[in-house]
Amino acid sequence: MPAIDLSTTPLRELNQSLHALAEGNNETEWEVLNPDGRHAVAVGIDAPVSIDIRGPVGYYCGGMNKQATVTVHGSAGPGVAENMMSGKVVIKGDVSQYAGATGRGGMLVVEGNAASRCGISMKGIDIVVKGSIGHMSAFMAQTGNLVVLGDAGDALGDSIYEARLFVRGNVQSLGADCVEKEMRDEHLELLEDLLQRSGITGVKPSEFRRYGSARKLYNFNIDNADAY
Amino acid sequence: MCGIVGLFLKNEALEPQLGALTSAMLATMCERGPDSAGFAVYGQSLDGEAKITLQSSSPEIDFPALAKALENEITGTVKLTQRATHAVLTCRRDELDTIRAAVRRLAPSVRVMGVGEAIEIYKEVGYPTAVAERFELKGMKGTHAIGHTRMATESAVTTLGAHPFSTGPDQCLVHNGSLSNHNNLRRSLAHDGIQLETQNDSEVAAAYLTWRMKQGLDLGQALEKSLDDLDGFFTFVVGTKNGFGVLRDPIACKPAVLAETDDYVAFGSEYRALVGLPGIDTAKVWEPEPATVYFWER
Amino acid sequence: MSYHNPPTTPRKSATFDDYTLSEIRRAATTGIYDIRGAGAKRKLPHFDDLLFLGASMSRYPLEGYREKCSTEVVLGTRFAKKPIHLKIPITIAGMSFGALSGNAKEALGRGANIAGTSTTTGDGGMTPEERGHSKTLVYQYLPSRYGMNPDDLRKADAIEIVVGQGAKPGGGGMLLGQKISDRVAEMRTLPKGIDQRSACRHPDWTGPDDLEIKILELREITDWEKPIYIKVGGARPYYDVALAVKAGADVVVVDGMQGGTAATQEVFIEHVGQPTLACIRPAVQALQDLGMHRKVQLIVSGGIRNGADVAKALALGADAVAIGSAALVALGDNDPALESEYQALGTTAGAYDDWHEGRDPAGITTQDPKLATRLDAELAGRRLANYLKVMTLEAQTIARACGHNHVHNLEPEDLCALTIEAAAMARVPLAGTSWIPGQGL
Repeated sequence: MPAIDLSTTPLRELNQSLHALAEGNNETEWEVLNPDGRHAVAVGIDAPVSIDIRGPVGYYCGGMNKQATVTVHGSAGPGVAENMMSGKVVIKGDVSQYAGATGRGGMLVVEGNAASRCGISMKGIDIVVKGSIGHMSAFMAQTGNLVVLGDAGDALGDSIYEARLFVRGNVQSLGADCVEKEMRDEHLELLEDLLQRSGITGVKPSEFRRYGSARKLYNFNIDNADAY
Repeated sequence: MCGIVGLFLKNEALEPQLGALTSAMLATMCERGPDSAGFAVYGQSLDGEAKITLQSSSPEIDFPALAKALENEITGTVKLTQRATHAVLTCRRDELDTIRAAVRRLAPSVRVMGVGEAIEIYKEVGYPTAVAERFELKGMKGTHAIGHTRMATESAVTTLGAHPFSTGPDQCLVHNGSLSNHNNLRRSLAHDGIQLETQNDSEVAAAYLTWRMKQGLDLGQALEKSLDDLDGFFTFVVGTKNGFGVLRDPIACKPAVLAETDDYVAFGSEYRALVGLPGIDTAKVWEPEPATVYFWER
Repeated sequence: MSYHNPPTTPRKSATFDDYTLSEIRRAATTGIYDIRGAGAKRKLPHFDDLLFLGASMSRYPLEGYREKCSTEVVLGTRFAKKPIHLKIPITIAGMSFGALSGNAKEALGRGANIAGTSTTTGDGGMTPEERGHSKTLVYQYLPSRYGMNPDDLRKADAIEIVVGQGAKPGGGGMLLGQKISDRVAEMRTLPKGIDQRSACRHPDWTGPDDLEIKILELREITDWEKPIYIKVGGARPYYDVALAVKAGADVVVVDGMQGGTAATQEVFIEHVGQPTLACIRPAVQALQDLGMHRKVQLIVSGGIRNGADVAKALALGADAVAIGSAALVALGDNDPALESEYQALGTTAGAYDDWHEGRDPAGITTQDPKLATRLDAELAGRRLANYLKVMTLEAQTIARACGHNHVHNLEPEDLCALTIEAAAMARVPLAGTSWIPGQGL
């Protein structure tokens, strides 16, 4: 198992080694030591490998990930797993702003709390947060699923499109055009699957409420001017 | 646009390490603000004594001679500690105003960076690590410190444009963000007799807080008020003789991380700034909520 | 005795002119602000107000045919391992698939290839047609991130981080429901037929200190190969360019207020931003103050129409220019041959700007398959190539006449201004004087 120590190896070398990995290579387990809050760790990977990062990372860890499983044994800074395409990013600690921003696929699991703008402009990613999320989360969320076991901050789902939001705790307030929606069987099944895939047990889908778009801002109407 | 670090010690045993810890934190924020850097250090205050931090833009300034000349103006003594372009004078508190007036008269080109019982302020143009080294931040002791690295947005890269800005006795403010109504505010402050030295938006924020406190508000209340009156994006960290405060604007885009243990409260624009602190792995770490005043006092 | 009462000629208000009156009525009737495409239409100080001095006795011109005047330009020499080499200093500005038809995007690529220059994607991602037909393709990285993915990022030859554009500095994009076809909806991950709003800020960074880290990520993902451009609208060009350089750009693109857009509010287009002419000198000043002029390249866009405009922009300090609206005209946009169809849409050739409605009879700003096939991509591409080559020849003609063996050797001292406004904005003397208004204050 290659272990890369970022206190002695330049970041560029780590990322280039990870980019050089092709389909079917033997080095499928990687370890990264001493990240010390560095930015852009393990970004742009496109290979079915797993990378364990021992310690806290800075901005954009796992950015634009494809196929890989990236686990951060620590906290992550802004924009973790931003624009992820596929694969999985797991953060054992807390994450900063913009977690999973514009993500298109794959799964982001945050075992701690997420700060503001979690899932901003998400476009297909599944995000599961075991703790709570901050304000303006799922702003302009287009599609995908956001599951929150704790509470959601102010203005959840502002200007949301078709993403589905599931929150188990309290929602401080809903953003423009975001409303609570009926939890139907299909949603319970979906939630069951998301919880199972993120390794969460002892939590029932029925404990969540579902939120989504009222679709009133989809076409311009001057009488909605307060929302624009 | 900038990097901010701050460290407020709760455990006295750490006080000898304040400068070393702050210096390491500041070094991680160089890329966020490569143009200039500065820091305020709150040391032990002695009964009846006051400190005044001076800065000279001309390298040939003879601070010892100035200190001598100042002593002739008062009955007490003036103690001088010089660090590169800065000097800290210590005098009797009741003679502070006399000293300030005399500095203005005897050395008009010398600027007063800050005054108070505990505060010392150092700031300069240059790469943050070089600035910290020039002033020997590593060796400084004290109870709390606030540091700043600056990427200038619209105002000049000068020593005066560097942070922290002193907001009054023992007070200082650093800022990351960009205020969008500082010109109008500057005009109303000027109307009320508050003079600003730079075109810097952060100085307006500092002066605004001073102005509010002159009206009788305490720092916490002044910060609350600023949420109504300041427009734009900001994260502020402020220091007082005994206190340490943090405030983010209601949109809260500019990054901010707080950490607290039994030994300290620490602030960083990024978690990277906090990585080297003792016990950070078990600290409570969180991001300050928008439009919420955080304040610690000993 | 009766007096004849002489009639007064009816007088219309200069303030409330016919256009203003029609706008008031339109707003009152529809309850929506006017949305349109293209750039500012009002009269602005522009390159036409500048003249080249030419060589005579004190300087010597170059001979037209034998003595070479080079036009090639290299973009992205600061950090990128693979800078962009172009034959001409004229590039094609970012325009999205969605705003433009697939055929139009293909035609832009074909034309740019023949002329030896680059094209740019837009809000909505990269299409295979576009990548396939563009030898050098700049990939826009926008606040909406519609269609953004790492595969296309790696396929691009350069990355342009869009902070703003001249038609609407500080505003987001907009694509109305009529143009959200199945394919556009899929590329943007949006429901079909909705009025799509694009964010005005990027979702995962705010400000140049964060942008520096974003650029690090993009460089890491692309192994430090690709030049990174930062595009800003003409707002506060001195500060904006300085901060783009500090954030780590290889190339800065400054788009003045004449720069076009697919769709935004008319009030935005006409009332926000600075004229292109006024943006160049502050932008160049910022680069010079940082010691980065010619090290970080400057591309200027917004209202570039001919070789004289190109030469003037370069003389003021730009390394290259970008064209958008002019390229569409070269393809066939607003052609008087389609006058009857423009009339049917309630407009006239030369004034058609309802690009967001998707009913473009020229088949360019539309997603209607029937209309789109009207544009012959090969022929339109050839027309664009011709136009680009003519502009380049014109710029060379001027540079030779001023005694320069490379268009980049044009300098502000080769220019004079016809109006005080242009003299002040371009920081060149008023013709016949040595007076540069606003200098030496």
